[in-house]
Amino acid sequence: MHDTVKVITGITIFLILILFPLWYNGLTGKAAYVPELKVPVTEKQCVESTPYMKTRHMELLDKWKEVAVRQGVRTYVAKDGKIHTIGLTGTCIKCHSDKEGFCDKCHNYAGVKPHCWDCHNYPRVTAK
Amino acid sequence: MSMDRRKFLKITGLSLAGLTIQPAFRLFSKPEQKRWAMVINLNACSKKDGCRDCIDACHRLHNVPDLANPKDEVKWIWNAPFERVFGGQGYTTLNEVLKNRSVLVLCNHCENPPCVKVCPTKATWKREDGIVMMDYHRCIGCRYCMAACPYGARSFNWKDPRPSINEINMDFPTRMKGVVEKCNFCEERLAKNLLPACVEACKEKGLIFGDLNATDSDVRKILKSKFSILRKPHLGTEPKVYYIL
Repeated sequence: MHDTVKVITGITIFLILILFPLWYNGLTGKAAYVPELKVPVTEKQCVESTPYMKTRHMELLDKWKEVAVRQGVRTYVAKDGKIHTIGLTGTCIKCHSDKEGFCDKCHNYAGVKPHCWDCHNYPRVTAK
Repeated sequence: MSMDRRKFLKITGLSLAGLTIQPAFRLFSKPEQKRWAMVINLNACSKKDGCRDCIDACHRLHNVPDLANPKDEVKWIWNAPFERVFGGQGYTTLNEVLKNRSVLVLCNHCENPPCVKVCPTKATWKREDGIVMMDYHRCIGCRYCMAACPYGARSFNWKDPRPSINEINMDFPTRMKGVVEKCNFCEERLAKNLLPACVEACKEKGLIFGDLNATDSDVRKILKSKFSILRKPHLGTEPKVYYIL
């Protein structure tokens, strides 16, 4: 057993290579990147609070599509008591009119590909 | 068995009181469900040759694409030759004027919809008000419903419909490639107490829409006064689109 140095060097090189994404992103500061979203200026508050919308908007939208289409419920009562019309284009996009600068930016960053826009309209579709 | 007068009267009283249960139950239960139906008066409908007011209104509102190739065609409401609509129903000796008419057709919103039975994902179902609805979120494009529908009321999106829509109506979603679609009796307008777009667009008042359960509704009144026929009644689907010849 005279190859201790060689083995340890090999393992070190292996670890450096396999951990490349971690240290590269850490050193260049890319890991700290957070997409900058174009938040609407017309309204201060979304349907629910910002932290709730950030983490659970998909659950809310999932519930919306279910109750609106299948149960015919077209209004949503928020926690603050405000009543909103259920609708992706009519309600969400009315404020978040820059879909590319808001929805897409974060979805692209997170690698999420929702199918909403295959059918639901947003300004660019109608402006084609 | 012996029974004195007092006991007999008690039982009789109780039994009579039982008769009030059903009326009381009905009094406090929710009002009777609506049952939407349409009457198409072909006499008024065929007054203007080649009129497409109702079709255009519907297709514009619901973002129905205008695909030239009949194989790709998507339609919610359209005109078909009399023979194709009422063929095989024993109307062979009908007068020539009627036979040469084109007939307006759309989803019949059947009372027993065969399309609903075959849908594996419950993407299509019958609402309590009788509208046969589609949830495009759930449609997987298997087209069982198209095979099951005896009226050919359903269309499949073979390609992305968006490029073929002249002017997209922002307020109604489009569909995507791979889903089936059909008339929804304008349920989104009914929710706002509006009549279906086709009914509103018809200048000849050839389309009459209303609640079958309400005795004073327009549909009930016209069905009472005029003879109407249904498409393929022998199948037992009980269509809710009536035709007056």
